[in-house]
Amino acid sequence: MYPEDFRYTKDHEWVKIEGDTASVGITDFAQSQLGDVVFVELPEIGEELKSHQTLGVVESVKAVSDIYSPISGEVTEVNEGLNDVPEILNQDPHSKGWIIKLKIKDKSELDELMSASEYEKYLEGLKDEE
Amino acid sequence: MIRERLIFEISDKGKNGFRFPKLDVPENKSLNDRIPMRDSIKDFPQVSEVEVVRHFTRLSQTNYCVDKGIYPLGSCTMKYNPKINERIAQIENFITSHPFADPEMSQGNLEVLKTLEDVLREVTGMDAFTFQPAAGAQGELVGMMLIRACMEERGDPRKFVLIPDSAHGTNPSSAHICGYKVKEIKSNDSGTIDLDDLSNNMDKDVAAIMITNPNTLGVFENQIKEASEVVHSKGGLVYMDGANMNALMGICRPGDMGVDAIHLNLHKTFSTPHGGGGPGAGPVGVKKILEPYLPVPRVKNKDDQYFIDEDCPKSIGRVHSFYGNFLVAVKALAYILSLGPEGLREVSETAVLNSNYIRKSLEKEYHLKYKTPTLHECVFSDKYQKQYGVSNIDIAKRLIDLGVHPPTMSFPLIVHGALMTEPTETESKADLDSFIEAMKQIAEEAREDPGILKSAPHNSYVRRLDETAAARNPKLRWEP
Repeated sequence: MYPEDFRYTKDHEWVKIEGDTASVGITDFAQSQLGDVVFVELPEIGEELKSHQTLGVVESVKAVSDIYSPISGEVTEVNEGLNDVPEILNQDPHSKGWIIKLKIKDKSELDELMSASEYEKYLEGLKDEE
Repeated sequence: MIRERLIFEISDKGKNGFRFPKLDVPENKSLNDRIPMRDSIKDFPQVSEVEVVRHFTRLSQTNYCVDKGIYPLGSCTMKYNPKINERIAQIENFITSHPFADPEMSQGNLEVLKTLEDVLREVTGMDAFTFQPAAGAQGELVGMMLIRACMEERGDPRKFVLIPDSAHGTNPSSAHICGYKVKEIKSNDSGTIDLDDLSNNMDKDVAAIMITNPNTLGVFENQIKEASEVVHSKGGLVYMDGANMNALMGICRPGDMGVDAIHLNLHKTFSTPHGGGGPGAGPVGVKKILEPYLPVPRVKNKDDQYFIDEDCPKSIGRVHSFYGNFLVAVKALAYILSLGPEGLREVSETAVLNSNYIRKSLEKEYHLKYKTPTLHECVFSDKYQKQYGVSNIDIAKRLIDLGVHPPTMSFPLIVHGALMTEPTETESKADLDSFIEAMKQIAEEAREDPGILKSAPHNSYVRRLDETAAARNPKLRWEP
């Protein structure tokens, strides 16, 4: 379910590392909780983001939620396709539904994020809590 | 059922509502040049009188309203408002008086505003009120602007506003529009503010906290005094969202809990119908420390004369024309005076009793994430129904079949699959029982025949709508 080579946050974002670049998206759990996504607000290319800073907003039929940047870096690319077809976030959250690409500023921040198995365990914990 | 056609679709060329008699005086052609004539409106519907009357009557009959039955939309306080207060607001002296009239000629109107300020001060324990804000969200913004003005005068407006995750959804927007960054404070297991999280986040960069009390879970923030002390000790101020004041009236006062500013929703708590787009009123009450910044004009009195005070150099200025939505204030005053102190207390006690009657009656059938006692509303979830593939939306849609307006769905976000239920104090036991029966029937159907819920509503004017398509591709106007 959750790709092994990704890192995950408690707020249900994922990061995929490719050299100095990181793709960021929301997890399958996040999209299933949000329900049908109707709008995604993207940041500007060139924007400097700090980790935990809001990078955009995702609006579903149920709620409007902030998306937080899992790590610090400069936005190099945004997924323009989400403007016209926001439902990619529901259909393919871990691949075609990527939201932004970042130029990584500090790789050590990745150590604070969860691995796939840690994230799955974290989700189990959330289920018990409900 | 036949779908009601749009009025444009009923239109037929040449039809109209009435006919002018033939001209029996000489035509004055020069008049046509002096009167600016509007170009004909393309596609303006051409319909007869009876078609117009029937069209809008049929539309009104497909509507659900609080005059028809229980409307347990959590957080919204959709209660029945006595019609006599509407009559009082329609008294000729009120509706024909002009806001530009001299204060000497408007003593009655000014007395209404000043008296309402005085009684609301008593109800809330605050020191002064402005009636200018037109609704709750504007009240929040004004409250935050007052706090900002006060902080600026102290030398530093500060950067952040703290907001618990169980606050009203508008609070973060109001803080943001006022130029503050929002930091979220987590709820603890009881569904109230986590004081440790608050202490960790409270510092000299934080201007204020915005607390909704009782919060959106319906839980009273029983440590609000301690929370206020934490915020005050670092020089911050406390804003309370008083939209849920119908749970507290006559029982306790925000002014005694360390609150520096509060807004009330006259259109929720004090007898103005809402949900139709207004007008409402979101007066803001403040402690002395914030009074100099209140919007102008202020209504004051001296030697039995009411007058308008515009001389408030520190005021944030005007936020509405004249004195706000004055007739809403008239209704609020009529409501408060007719109930009196004991009556107001009874309103709150009944609101809390009704909500707890529903909670207790349904707690076996519907999951309650928080076991903490609640006041005027309670938040169920669809957790027990999930195992049958039934979600909160299916429950809500089925309620429509059973003739009941559904509760608020999927809010607050801290409860997944939320069904936020607020019956209000105006429902009789019989009406509460019919809601409870409907909810029990649905719980039963979820176990026995979930398909009937997945495809609901069955008896309504339209079947289940594609809300996603409507949000993704909104059609905002009719086109031929």
